[in-house]
Amino acid sequence: MNELISILNGLHPDVDFAEAEGLVDNGVLDSFDIISLVAEIDSEFDVRIPAEEILPENFNSAKALYELITRLGDN
Amino acid sequence: MLFTSYEFWGFIACLFLLYYLIPRKYQWVMLLAASYIFYFLAHPTYLIYISVTTMTTFYAAMRIGQLLNVQKAHLEINKETFSKEEKQGYKSSVRKKQRKWFIACLLINFGILAFLKYTNFTIANINSLLSVLGTGERLTFMNVILPMGISFYTFQAMGYLIDVYQGKIKPEKSIFRFALFVSFFPQLVQGPISRFNDLSATLYEEHRFDFKEVSYGFQRILWGLFKKLVIADRILVAVNTIIKEPDEYNGVFVFVGMMFYAIQLYADFTGGIDITIGIAEVLGIRIKENFNAPFLAKNITDYWRRWHITMGTWFRDYLFYPLSVSGPILNLSRWSRRRLGDGLGRKIPVYLTTLIVWFATGLWHGSSWNFIAWGLTNGIVIIISQAFEPLYARFHNKFPVKGKPLYSAFEVIRTVLLMSAIRMFDCYRDVPLTFRMFGSMFTTGNFSALFDREVMKLGLSGADYIVLAAATVILIASGIRRKEGSMRDRLEKIPARRRYLMIYLLGVIILLFGAYGVGYDATQFIYNQF
Amino acid sequence: MKWVKVTLRIGVVSLVIASFFFLQRLVMPKYVNGIVEGSLIETYYEEEGNHDVIFVGDCEVYECFSPVALWEEYGIPSFIRGSAQQLIWQSYYLMEETLRYEKPEVFIFNVLAMKYNEPQKEAYNRLTLDGMRLSSAKIKSIKASMMEDENMIDYIIPLFRYHSRWSELSFDDFRYFFNKKKLFHNGYYMRVDVRPVTTFPQGKKLPDYSFGDNAWGYLEKMKKLCDNNDIDLMLIKAPAIYPYWYDEWDEQIREYADSNDLIYLNFLDLIEETGIDYNTDTYDTGLHMNLSGAEKLSRYLGPILREKYGVPDRRNDAELSRIWEDKTTFYYEMKAAQETELAGK
Repeated sequence: MNELISILNGLHPDVDFAEAEGLVDNGVLDSFDIISLVAEIDSEFDVRIPAEEILPENFNSAKALYELITRLGDN
Repeated sequence: MLFTSYEFWGFIACLFLLYYLIPRKYQWVMLLAASYIFYFLAHPTYLIYISVTTMTTFYAAMRIGQLLNVQKAHLEINKETFSKEEKQGYKSSVRKKQRKWFIACLLINFGILAFLKYTNFTIANINSLLSVLGTGERLTFMNVILPMGISFYTFQAMGYLIDVYQGKIKPEKSIFRFALFVSFFPQLVQGPISRFNDLSATLYEEHRFDFKEVSYGFQRILWGLFKKLVIADRILVAVNTIIKEPDEYNGVFVFVGMMFYAIQLYADFTGGIDITIGIAEVLGIRIKENFNAPFLAKNITDYWRRWHITMGTWFRDYLFYPLSVSGPILNLSRWSRRRLGDGLGRKIPVYLTTLIVWFATGLWHGSSWNFIAWGLTNGIVIIISQAFEPLYARFHNKFPVKGKPLYSAFEVIRTVLLMSAIRMFDCYRDVPLTFRMFGSMFTTGNFSALFDREVMKLGLSGADYIVLAAATVILIASGIRRKEGSMRDRLEKIPARRRYLMIYLLGVIILLFGAYGVGYDATQFIYNQF
Repeated sequence: MKWVKVTLRIGVVSLVIASFFFLQRLVMPKYVNGIVEGSLIETYYEEEGNHDVIFVGDCEVYECFSPVALWEEYGIPSFIRGSAQQLIWQSYYLMEETLRYEKPEVFIFNVLAMKYNEPQKEAYNRLTLDGMRLSSAKIKSIKASMMEDENMIDYIIPLFRYHSRWSELSFDDFRYFFNKKKLFHNGYYMRVDVRPVTTFPQGKKLPDYSFGDNAWGYLEKMKKLCDNNDIDLMLIKAPAIYPYWYDEWDEQIREYADSNDLIYLNFLDLIEETGIDYNTDTYDTGLHMNLSGAEKLSRYLGPILREKYGVPDRRNDAELSRIWEDKTTFYYEMKAAQETELAGK
């Protein structure tokens, strides 16, 4: 989780990702951020997020994103 | 049948009456029939193409869905006995079968689109290549007609297919219902591109005649007609005058043409979508909005979130994301980060994807280098503004002007100018000419022409300009007020009597000042000696 | 008070509809200046009393015959239902429509229109059709007359056609909103000025001189309509030297007239008999007759109508005499006014 937050902070240093909600809905993360994230998660966690999982609800908070990574990593 | 033809409105009036007279459970059938009649009247052979797309997509999606069901059942039965590896192996074997259907269907439908839309463009390019090489041989152009709306319905159908493949939606069981989703006629002419998720429920529902809903739809149609007939079709004359004679109308005229075209395109496109949404609303169907006050955008990214939204999200969800997470791009990402470091290395694959997506977006708009150049320019500007973001951030840290009215106005004007300038690509004959005309804006100092009333007429009369000015003020004022909520919500707050008066006045304005009918060309009505 | 509400609503709706009619009338061309020919057709509906003779055709009827001369000298009440470049089907449907109002003894058709087999120009269509009242005849006439890019609804709701005139509206559009000034009587367009013929044109050679099937069809329809209603049909060709009237055309008409027992008068061959003098009787070098020419032609035509068709003298009909007295007064006043205007120039 901490690793994920540090990736997120790499994109937007000024956001408190541990607490923030609605990241996509409120426009904190745009589509550029999202695909950068996907690439980093691919290399850091060795988890490939498929296109169909790129949904606002999966990227709205660090927690949701972490859950996604765990779920995909399990399979 | 165009939105501005009498026949079209006669068609709508008949449909409207029948739609609310027949038993409600047949309403969607009626819509399907109407859509196919509409298409048939446009050109009988169109029906072949849209039927092929409908049938292949329906069938492929159905097979994909069946495979998923079989997989579920199989896993359920063998829940206890399957090991994790066995489960995954089975799953990927099913996925493979699904992929076959998926790819085949994509190939067929994008193949049809590409063949019809781009063959002649390709031939033209090969021919110019041949002439560069000095050979006398030329390929002959193919005589194809591009079915109306094929870009829109193909994208809509493929969006559905991808959604099914990704497991986001369940395939539709009735081919007729699906046929309606693909062919729903108000959308055929110029979109929007709806998602199955958004449209299906409201499309197949039974719709009771609801006076409020119908009157909102009617108002929306009027508003769209106002934009199209009073503004777009009138200013079109001036735009054409300028762009058809680039040698005569250079310098300051290019700027005037650029701004006029911005107004024309906005009025024409958003007006058309207003009519589409209005017609659907009159039939009780809600279509997703395609615009959100695009001229209030603060930057180009914001602009593309507000302009032609359904197309933008289509490319984002069905091309940009899948491409970004595809193997080659992720591998490139790893490689470039290792080689070029975190900063640039992280950005290169993103930029590449962006350019590919915008190339495709340009190509989708039309089969010419103009549109490709237009798309790529959009992509490049987006990349530049992305790259400069840290710079902007520093600037805004130092000078806290963000959110101040004057700075906001600057942002809006900057974006409008930028987008209008990029759009010059779809005005002029070819790309080099566009660059030349763009340059002439800065090098030809013919500003005095602005004050020459005869020269500035550009094929319109003084009275036309008064109407245009007044109508554009109304348009902009209503656009700015979009911040206060959708037009519908705002209309609701106006007392009924005043609202009816407004509708009446709008109707009169359209009837009198609309650029429609034989008579619009006043010169046509010159008599000579009998 | 439910009925109050209902009445109020009906009132508002009628007001809205009325306002659209108002707009429509406002933007429609009034044809009181310039192209006055545009208001010829509509004058028929204001007529009192019946007519024994009805002319149909183009400018070769409405500028070549004087109904007042026919009345004054022979007591024959007549009306000219003609307009600029009126095509043969437009004339035919005007005949059909006329029968809804009255039954004349004779229809006189000027055959120049036979040369047109297809619709020619929207502007001319308008001059003929806009003046007609809505009727099945009008609809049929529109259908037959429309150019390819025209639309029926533009004729039925002329607001759609003329809305763009909003920027050309002039004082006249308001002044003649309800009442147009009276410019004509009995469909006759009076001109007293003179411009003599200077040269007689030679017809350019045509690849094909035979009239089109469509035109023949309508001529046949005219004859049938007359037969069925026990009306005589007479064919004429006015003595206008331009547009050129070919001998080959003349022959075809003559043949048709002979085989159908119709009288056909080609006034171009009757210059001596009628006394037409191309130095004094035309106002535009031979395209149209002026008043003097029209009166001469009428004087020649009167006895033929009496003898061949038995059109009676109605001057002892008190009611008709009263009506025609007004017309005659208007006629001489207009003549005098035009003469003063000319003298003033």
